[in-house]
Amino acid sequence: MNPLLQVENLQVEFKTYAGTVRAVRGVSFDLNPGEVLAIVGESGCGKSVTAQSIMRLIPSPPGRITGGSILFDQEEILNKSEHQMQRIRGNNISMIFQDPMTSLNPVLNVRTQITENLRHHKKMSQDKADARAVELLDLVGISEPKARMRSYPHELSGGMRQRVMIAMALACDPQLLIADEPTTALDVTIQAQIIEVLKNIRQELDTAIILITHDLGVVAGLANRVLVMYAGNAVEKGSVDEVLCDPIHPYTWGLLQSLPRLNMGPEDKLEPIWGQPPDLLLPLDQCPFLPRCEYAMNICTQQRPPFFNGDSSHISSCWLHHPLATKITRPQEVE
Amino acid sequence: MDTILEVRNLKKHFPTGGGMLKKPEQVRAVDGISFAMRRGETLGLVGESGCGKTTVGRTIVGLYKPTAGKVIFEDSDVYTTQNRRAQNRKRQQMQMIFQDPYASLNPRMTVGDIVGEPLDIHKLAVGKKARQKRIQYLLDLVGLNPDHINRYPHEFSGGQRQRVGIARSLAVEPKFIVCDEPISAVDVSIQAQIVNTLEQLQEELNLTYLFIAHDLSMVRYISDRVAVMYLGKIVELNTSADLYARPIHPYTKALLSAVPIADPPLERQRKRIILEGDVPSPINPPPGCCFHTRCNRALPICREQTPEMLDIGGGHLVACHNYE
Repeated sequence: MNPLLQVENLQVEFKTYAGTVRAVRGVSFDLNPGEVLAIVGESGCGKSVTAQSIMRLIPSPPGRITGGSILFDQEEILNKSEHQMQRIRGNNISMIFQDPMTSLNPVLNVRTQITENLRHHKKMSQDKADARAVELLDLVGISEPKARMRSYPHELSGGMRQRVMIAMALACDPQLLIADEPTTALDVTIQAQIIEVLKNIRQELDTAIILITHDLGVVAGLANRVLVMYAGNAVEKGSVDEVLCDPIHPYTWGLLQSLPRLNMGPEDKLEPIWGQPPDLLLPLDQCPFLPRCEYAMNICTQQRPPFFNGDSSHISSCWLHHPLATKITRPQEVE
Repeated sequence: MDTILEVRNLKKHFPTGGGMLKKPEQVRAVDGISFAMRRGETLGLVGESGCGKTTVGRTIVGLYKPTAGKVIFEDSDVYTTQNRRAQNRKRQQMQMIFQDPYASLNPRMTVGDIVGEPLDIHKLAVGKKARQKRIQYLLDLVGLNPDHINRYPHEFSGGQRQRVGIARSLAVEPKFIVCDEPISAVDVSIQAQIVNTLEQLQEELNLTYLFIAHDLSMVRYISDRVAVMYLGKIVELNTSADLYARPIHPYTKALLSAVPIADPPLERQRKRIILEGDVPSPINPPPGCCFHTRCNRALPICREQTPEMLDIGGGHLVACHNYE
């Protein structure tokens, strides 16, 4: 089976007054049909920029994709013209944005916003598109979908708006759905509802999903595979069980240690990652995590670590995995 | 029990809408809540957005005037104290840390002036030298470089700005601090840093925190006791370990089951209680128990009668007709 999406060594830059920000610095991953890949990392690590590159939504200028390739269905996305991209966006690849308050059009009702997609890409008649829109609203769990068609975004709550966003994204049966922090702006109870909706979609429609988030809990419930990003680099890749239960990169350890665990006693302390993420203006010829890493060695200051294959699917870019490196046991809290 | 703060039947309603011929409606943001806090403890206040938790915090420190009810701080009522001087002294002992470190610092003031402003208002540092020394001490206390006293907020990262906010609240030597979602705007790896700093300061300075947040796992970590709010009312209050292990109120149960855990095998096994629908509007709260519209175990009595807060043993308070 061919992967649906193959991203190879993707590099994205932004020109700013302060200099060139190299936001994504050589990220590679692939995605099979029907699979959920989670990209996790802190703000500014390049996860949203990676997603926007796949849709070719990087504003240019100041942004520019300077290298790498993105193959979608064996076709190079980066060589497509703007006209060709417009036929792909919303049709083959669609996106859910973080903030449902600002990403819906406030002056158009739900019906117009969902059917626009169907009319444009599938050339449906308005009647047919209406019927399909009602089906979609029902699929994402909106009660009384017919009545809701006439609603405007301000009449809906945050969770309902996010459901409408998902319905819009699913309108044309895309092969790939990119969800950029779909639950960050929502409350936990509403977040749980939206996660259920995304799970259902995966089971019923077999859509591949790229889930971008910083919440490792959401990842655990939804994803098949995980890509951990730090300062524009992919630092660890593997299946969700491998990365969260058996992490091998010090940054992933740090992330898991700084989360409160349910079995913590009153005397247990959180172990934060000290320091700040690096400035993306600087050229990086060392490990990006070096200043915050307590296991740093000499080699880390001199060369960026390549990916080491522990086994075939679970890999990490850290010099600790070099055969000659001293063996280090993981901090106990991560176990 | 050495009680530092007591809130009795506090209500805060905001008028909304209305016009020349139309009577404004009331948003019942906080609708009759009561609790007491021990000196040196951390009380977590959790609930969904719009449940009134921030309004509680703001009303306690005096940023809003309550519609009804009392806030008793160290044995005297905060709002009926007539003497302005005494009122100011009271305010000095209650401070607040705000949610958004980007919006709560004046971009045109240096960090030194931001932290120094409360000192000037309450005349706590006499002379330029003493003022500067005190500011540098405060910056050092919260883990910032004291030499950065002349820098502006934009030169700091989100986590560092939140530390400036903490230093500002500590400047007047308060006894009680309302932390209004202090970590929700900063990154995961920085959250733990801020929370550890808050805990360390609490030990050193014997502070009492009201910790408002929607991140339930962080609240469990930092709080001694946790109060769960829904639609302007407290529905359950218990020690944090016990509340998380043995939730009684159906809303608390649903809330806790909705929190995702970063452990894939465990997460796959868990059974979620998914609440249907959304929180009702606080303009027209449902009669009886405010949660009955989304409760899966509602009885006929829940629609008619508002449940009282009952102590079901060991200070475990719950407002539900249907607890067992």
